[in-house]
Amino acid sequence: MATGEWQTKWNRVLTATRGAVWKKRPKTPRFLIGILVALFLPGVGFFVLAWRPAIAPISRPTGGGFPVDLVAKGEALSATGHCAACHTQPGGKPFAGGYPLHTSFGIIYGDNITPDPQTGIGAWSLEAFTRAMREGVARDGSHLFPAFPYYAFTKLSDDDVKALYAYLMTRPAVHDTVPGDTLRFPFKVRALQEGWKILFFRSGRFQPNSSKSGEWNRGAYLANALSDCSGCHTPRNALGAEESRHPYGGSLVEGWIAPALTDASPSPVPWTQQELFTYLRTGVTPLHGATGSTMAFVIRGALALPVVPDSDIRAIALYFSEMDDANARANDIEGVTRQALATSDLGSGQGNDADAELYASACMSCHYNREPAPLAARPELALNSALTLPKPTNFIQVVLNGVSNTETDDNTEGAAGLVMPAYKSSLSDAEVARLAAYLRRTRTKLPPWNDLEKTVAVVRREGPAYH
Amino acid sequence: MTTFDLNGRTVSAQSPDDTPLLWVIRDELGLTGTKFGCGIGFCGACTVHVEGRATRSCVTPLGAVKGAKITTIEGLDPQGKHPLQTLWLDLNVPQCGYCQSGQIMQAATLLKDFPNPTDQDIDAVMAGSVCRCMTYVRIRKAIKLAAAKIRGEAHE
Repeated sequence: MATGEWQTKWNRVLTATRGAVWKKRPKTPRFLIGILVALFLPGVGFFVLAWRPAIAPISRPTGGGFPVDLVAKGEALSATGHCAACHTQPGGKPFAGGYPLHTSFGIIYGDNITPDPQTGIGAWSLEAFTRAMREGVARDGSHLFPAFPYYAFTKLSDDDVKALYAYLMTRPAVHDTVPGDTLRFPFKVRALQEGWKILFFRSGRFQPNSSKSGEWNRGAYLANALSDCSGCHTPRNALGAEESRHPYGGSLVEGWIAPALTDASPSPVPWTQQELFTYLRTGVTPLHGATGSTMAFVIRGALALPVVPDSDIRAIALYFSEMDDANARANDIEGVTRQALATSDLGSGQGNDADAELYASACMSCHYNREPAPLAARPELALNSALTLPKPTNFIQVVLNGVSNTETDDNTEGAAGLVMPAYKSSLSDAEVARLAAYLRRTRTKLPPWNDLEKTVAVVRREGPAYH
Repeated sequence: MTTFDLNGRTVSAQSPDDTPLLWVIRDELGLTGTKFGCGIGFCGACTVHVEGRATRSCVTPLGAVKGAKITTIEGLDPQGKHPLQTLWLDLNVPQCGYCQSGQIMQAATLLKDFPNPTDQDIDAVMAGSVCRCMTYVRIRKAIKLAAAKIRGEAHE
């Protein structure tokens, strides 16, 4: 067609369509509106669902309003639940918060739970406190992050919650604001925790197991509802929830491995009730070694306190000794110990093994043991999970950082009064790697660790943030 | 400020928390019996007792010993008459003497843990205490005799 003909034809088309459009009112198709509403409403609906009412503040309760024995009960519960571990910063006033918890989402600081009305929970009624413990919602209606284990505390009995309230409300009030959390967007949006709760949280009281003894059930209650052992000893998924298919399967906490408490436990000697009782009361046993890192406070600053009755620790010990199936292997203990002691002097004396020399020069004077039994003050490495864990993380951390005896707030690591030097300024990554490989090879019968030198470098750099 | 017990006295150190205990003892608190040998925990010259346990003070940060009981060679015995010290003199153990306070402090813990030490025990526990003058043979003999003396006194 000629150009002129095209133009004429095109004009006719335009007139026909545009004219048709211009004659009617412009209207967005209904289905478009429908889509927008369908997208918008759930979003709004979610935030409506996430909303919680604020509970009216109260004036700070007077200490005299709480019966003495209720406060005492709360004190024992607070110790067993090691509340101070997360709610007190190193060298800080008890329960005044500020302890930095390194998570994969950022740092979360423990809140001030002293009865200060402005910066603590002084304005919280029992109802507000109970809602926080059972549902993870603060007095003002904001959601709490599951770094606070409300998913465990939901199992507590009403009496125990009341006792804890009585205890906390009668502590000295500390006026102190806690540093802001360093969570990244969107994790810092508290309302989104509603989604986490929908996915992972089920509210409800502890259900005893009628086929088990009273002592076992007491241990199960304390471990799962109060001490929240699972909070560190169960692996977490990418959204920070415990992996329910691997309860007590072990996890990485603040750069250290919290070992599995099931029969996948890495300890060469099983955790019998007696071993675990001694460990939880003192922080050390000759057949397992000494506590370190965040567990040190859980024991020294909490479980070991005289206010916690022996019977409760025995109950927790029984619960976990059964989980470890310890009794099945109790007869092996003597043989395992003897085998371990036979390796204890390997490396001393004149030899050509440079790695053995490293060990003999820097470590053996403290770690050597011989028959009949390891001494508590001489942590026997061949019996220590630091060497038998699938990863060398704990070994590297303890060699680099040592074990301290800080006196403040009973926060002593390891065995009471026992100090291990820090070798981070003495040993290169290669040297720590050689030590790790040497000990793994000579003190265990397990396959060698891989990528040791690289791992040492990363652990050294990241410290408590190692992940 | 860090407070701890030094040879029975409460002392306060102003040095920062990460200062090696060795320097606090020598420079700030003036007790020079404990020696610097390598600075990395590999020679034993700096050995002191923390809560009665032999510990390398050159790699132990001040912050790690808050409130702890520290004993140096000066405080091992109020009159310097610990059986190890008297045997050390009797047997003329030291040559230049530089490593010897560390040797004695380490041997003291050895004897506490192993009152009847075998050669294997001595090899293992004293492995980290080196002597450039090679007085090892005399050290070993002094340790065994001191052990016997302590056991003998215990039976009196």
